[in-house]
Amino acid sequence: MQGIQLDLISEAKISQMASMEKVRYIIDEVRKGKILVLEKGLNPMEEAKLIEMTMSAIQPDVFSGIEMQSYPANADTSLLGKFFKKQSSKRLTVIGPANQLKTLKKDRNLISALVSASK
Amino acid sequence: MNMIKRFKVSFSKIFNKLFKKKGACIGIYGPPNAGKTTLSNRILRDWVGAEETMGSVSHIAHETRHAKRRNAVAIEANGHTISLDIVDTPGLATKIDFHDFMEQGLSDVESKKRSKEATEGVIEAVKWLDDLDGVILVMDSTENPYTQVNVTVIGNMEARNLPLLIVANKVDLPNADPAVIKEAFPQHPMVPVSALEGIGMDSFYEALAKQFG
Repeated sequence: MQGIQLDLISEAKISQMASMEKVRYIIDEVRKGKILVLEKGLNPMEEAKLIEMTMSAIQPDVFSGIEMQSYPANADTSLLGKFFKKQSSKRLTVIGPANQLKTLKKDRNLISALVSASK
Repeated sequence: MNMIKRFKVSFSKIFNKLFKKKGACIGIYGPPNAGKTTLSNRILRDWVGAEETMGSVSHIAHETRHAKRRNAVAIEANGHTISLDIVDTPGLATKIDFHDFMEQGLSDVESKKRSKEATEGVIEAVKWLDDLDGVILVMDSTENPYTQVNVTVIGNMEARNLPLLIVANKVDLPNADPAVIKEAFPQHPMVPVSALEGIGMDSFYEALAKQFG
């Protein structure tokens, strides 16, 4: 059976890795054509590092980058929330090769994506 | 960010205010084609001189492929003059495909060159995040604001406890809907503008002075 491998990665697995390990792991897996769904995503600095390393990995006709979608952080607009500036929690994230994963719709609580087998 | 780090950032802000640190360094961020360079050019035209520009603009994405800095831009608003160093950054993206440039009419060679330079530009923009005092995040108000670039930039500013101003650009277009941007990120101030037409710029400068002054 031909298809696309979808890996659902638990928070426990990803939290055992150092930041660079996470980013390296994600890029390596995505370059193999896998779609990754992280139970709890990366922190904002790790997301920025992932973007940076993705750019270094781009090669014409071989790898054009990643499609990555995570929900925006839950905003605490209360007075106490603004005062204490509570660190936003990480939320589910989906990452895949840009030529195989296309976001159709995204809002605060929904990510709708199309996964394509053809590159 | 842990408590000690947050305390250090807060102390640094108070210290800088007390001793009047000159020229907070503000990065202009956003996805490609959101109008970052158009906004930068508008700021320079309004406060530096008609002949000054930050860079060229184009309908083809990734026209800005190197960050450009203009120091000591003096802006008058809310009865004060603030001095800002403005950094216009290349558009952030998670993918760059040279075929997209070919569809815009560029040759194979030009497209591959632009693609390579664009990837370098994104890396440069990400690295700049470590050296800024705040960010103006430009969004196209005709587009869905829930993009990963927007989420990542906002997350980085929140994690660093640095000020952020969201600009809902292109409000001159008929399908612009800046209210959607406000609804998406209600925890941050947002100003609707058209950098191209100069609409909403007074409100923008007032918000700029309030956030970064």
